[in-house]
Amino acid sequence: MADDPGDFDRTEGDLAPGVMDASHGNVRDSVIGYLMGLGAAVILTIGSFYISTTNQLWGPGVPVGLIVLAIAQIGVHLVFFLHITTDPDNTNNIMALAFGILIVVLLVAGTVWIVYEMHQNMMQMNDVSDTMKM
Amino acid sequence: MSAFTDTSARPGLHTPSDPYRLGHGGGGGHGGHPSPTGHGEGGPASKRVIVGYGFWIYLLSDIVMFSAFFSAYAVLSGETAGGPSSQDLFDRSRVAIETGFLLASSFTCGMAAVATSVRNHLWTQVFLLITGLLGLAFILLEVQEFREMIDNGAGPDRSAFLSSFFAVVGLHGLHVSAGLLWLGTMMAQVFVKGFRPNVLRRLLCFNLFWHALDIIWVALFSVVYLMGVV
Repeated sequence: MADDPGDFDRTEGDLAPGVMDASHGNVRDSVIGYLMGLGAAVILTIGSFYISTTNQLWGPGVPVGLIVLAIAQIGVHLVFFLHITTDPDNTNNIMALAFGILIVVLLVAGTVWIVYEMHQNMMQMNDVSDTMKM
Repeated sequence: MSAFTDTSARPGLHTPSDPYRLGHGGGGGHGGHPSPTGHGEGGPASKRVIVGYGFWIYLLSDIVMFSAFFSAYAVLSGETAGGPSSQDLFDRSRVAIETGFLLASSFTCGMAAVATSVRNHLWTQVFLLITGLLGLAFILLEVQEFREMIDNGAGPDRSAFLSSFFAVVGLHGLHVSAGLLWLGTMMAQVFVKGFRPNVLRRLLCFNLFWHALDIIWVALFSVVYLMGVV
């Protein structure tokens, strides 16, 4: 039963990420979808490389811009390449993605925050000891 | 069979004694029950949906692991211990070429999935081959970069910054290498076994894996390389 060939031909509202959309066998629409994703990804990549080279932008804003462009491109990849969509069979995938994003944000932001604060405190202690020596 | 299935034994009742059909569709039923309770409206999802979901959970756990490596890099990227810093080491043009190779391979991998969806053997194999060659070119460029850095005394033992750099970029490179092995295996399986349902599910998982690697590379080139040379 697991390898029932009919299992794979159920298409309506029956999509996991990476599976073609319900227009099963409609090569043109699928290729157009991938081309749109590729085009958007190329534009965002060029944008990232451009803002990291140019001198036209305010320096401290560049890392923020890079993060925004990266998040946008990750979104493009998720939608056009991994086919994470809003159809009913993707609900579980979306929930898992939301939980994954929560963990990633907690981990990265928490680490950077905590280590930054520690760094600041240790610098202050060095300053204090320096001034006490004087 | 449960004894509760026979509601007709009580004639005259407008509501059946088992309105939620709890007696029906027990035990992982893939059967033709119209509304088996506890499996959602349409019954249990197809095996393809479940396999895709399970693999997606794995990919998310992989991304969580990468986020730990990213955190290590983020807090250690300034700790050069008097050695070379990211401005001295990173070659932006090579990173751009690597990015192009990986993005193109992600696209051809999608094209292979389209060819698979119409069961076209030739184009599936052609696009999988192109995907593999682009991935191989990416890996070779990365190996070349690592070799140059190590030869110039900027190996992972030089500073905490370089340790974390080699860890996070090397981990991605290992994933791509494993993906290439998997890709070769899938080409052989499509060639020998054809488009059997289990082969199709493996192709689906490989597609997800390859696209997820590209997502991680987006974070890598943005955070590690481009922010490093700003």
